[in-house]
Amino acid sequence: MKRILTAKQVTSAMGTLYRSVVAQLPDDSTLAVIGIRTRGKTLADRIVRRLREDHPALHIEFGVLDITFYRDDLSRRRGVPLVRATEIDFNLDDTWTLLVDDVMETGRSIRAALDALHDFGRPKVIRLAVLIDRGGREVPISADFVGKTIKAPQGKRIQVRLKEKDGEEGVFIIPKP
Amino acid sequence: MAKKASSSSPSHSGAFVWTRKDIVGLDELSAREIVHILDTAESFKEVSTRSIKKVPALRGKVVALLFFEDSTRTRMSFELAASRLSADTILFSSRGSSVAKGETTLDTARNIEAMGVDVLVIRHKQPGAPHMLARKLRTPVISAGDGPHEHPTQALLDIFTIRQKLGRIEGLKVAIVGDIAHSRVARSNIIGLRKLGAEVTVIGPPTLVPSAIAAMGCRISHNLDDVLGEVDVINMLRIQFERFGSNQFPSLREYSRLYGLNAERVAMCKKNLLVMHPGPINRGVEITSEIADGPNSCILQQVTNGLAIRMAALYLVSQGKE
Repeated sequence: MKRILTAKQVTSAMGTLYRSVVAQLPDDSTLAVIGIRTRGKTLADRIVRRLREDHPALHIEFGVLDITFYRDDLSRRRGVPLVRATEIDFNLDDTWTLLVDDVMETGRSIRAALDALHDFGRPKVIRLAVLIDRGGREVPISADFVGKTIKAPQGKRIQVRLKEKDGEEGVFIIPKP
Repeated sequence: MAKKASSSSPSHSGAFVWTRKDIVGLDELSAREIVHILDTAESFKEVSTRSIKKVPALRGKVVALLFFEDSTRTRMSFELAASRLSADTILFSSRGSSVAKGETTLDTARNIEAMGVDVLVIRHKQPGAPHMLARKLRTPVISAGDGPHEHPTQALLDIFTIRQKLGRIEGLKVAIVGDIAHSRVARSNIIGLRKLGAEVTVIGPPTLVPSAIAAMGCRISHNLDDVLGEVDVINMLRIQFERFGSNQFPSLREYSRLYGLNAERVAMCKKNLLVMHPGPINRGVEITSEIADGPNSCILQQVTNGLAIRMAALYLVSQGKE
C-alpha cells in the first residue's frame, strides 16, 4: 500500500470539489445530494453539511444509493457480500441531483447509479462529483466536478480512506484483489 | 441488527461473503448464514416501498417453480419475489403434468434444468426431495417446503419479523403452539431460533407433540396457560384438518379451549407479546379474530416480509456460485 495523497491534500481536493459544485448551484430547484455507498456517502454527507452551513436558504435533500443490484458484473464475481439498502425517502422528480462518489475509473458504477436513480424518479438535472478521477474509462461517462485528477497505473486500485469510516484521511494505491 | 457496527466493516476486508449454492433447510445453515440472509432481506424490503418495485439484479435469469405439492401463497410470494428481481419465472405443478405419467422427481427436475433455468424453487411432499435435487443438480435449489420436514423461507421470515419487531433473537422466549408433529414450519423455526440463541417451547396435546422433539433443544409443554406469562413470542400453527382422522384430539372445541389463543390468554402475557401465524388461519379454532386482527398480531407483516426473504434467497443462491 502506497500513500499518494496526504490528509492535507485530501482536504484540498475536497475544497476544490466543493467550490466547483457551489459555482454551479441552481437557484430555484431542490438540491438532492446522493452518495454512492460506501465512501461516496461519507463525501456526500460532508458536502451537505457544508452547504447547509454556507447556504441555509437552499432546500437540500440527502440520499444514499446502493448500486449492487444494478451492476453489470454481478454474476462475474464470486461470493455475495452484504447488500445495503438505498435510502432515498424524498421525491427525486425535478430536483437538481448531485451524485457523489469517491473514485471514478471505468465509469460502470456511475452507469449503474444512473439506472438506479431512474427507478426513483426523474431529476431535472443530474451532475456527477468525484473526489478522485483516476482515468481508465470503459464507458462514455465523465464527471462534472472533480477534486483531483491523478494518473494511476492500470491493475492497481485507488483507495480513498476517510476519517468517519477508516479513522484516517488519505488516498492510497493498493494491488487489485 | 448492529447497523452501525457492521456498516463500518468494508466488504473487501474479510467481511462475511455468501458462497452456498442452495437453501434447502435451516439445518444446513450456520447462524452467520442465517443472519446474512436476514440482513440481505433488510435491503430488499426497501425495494418494495419504491414506486418502481423492481431491481435488475436477476435480469435475464429464469426461476423455475416446481410445485409437486399444492401451494398458493408461498408460490405467489416466490413468483412476486422473482419478478421484483426482474427474473422470468416458469411454473411446474404436478397436477396434470408428466408426474401423472410416471416421471420421477429427478427426471422432471433434470428436464427443466436442461431448458436452461438459473434457480429451482421446489415444494415436495417427500422430506429430503430438495436436498436430493441440490446434490444431483448444478442449478441452485431453494426449498419451498418438503413434507413435514422443513420450510426454510417461512422460518426465515418468521425470525426476520421477530427481529424487526423486538430488535433481537438471542435470549427471547418463543412458544410454538399446535400440531408440532406434522409441522415443517415448527421444525424450521425451532432449528433457526435455537441457532440464533432463542429459547423455544413447543406446546400442544401429547398426540401432536412427540416427546422426541426435545432432542432439537426445545422444551415441551402440554399446558398453554403455564407458559403464557414468560413468553415474548407466540407462533400459532394452523390445525391441519385435511391431515387428520378424528383420533388426534377429541374435538375442535376442546382443542380450541385448551390451546386456542384468545383475549383472556393474551391478557396473561407480556404487554408487547408478538402473535404470529404462518397462515392460513382457522379463525375461532387456534386463534380468535380479536387476537388475529389485534395490536399484538404481526400476521400480515409476516406475509410482507416473506417477499423480502424470498428475494434475498433467490438473489443469494443465484450469485453464490458461478
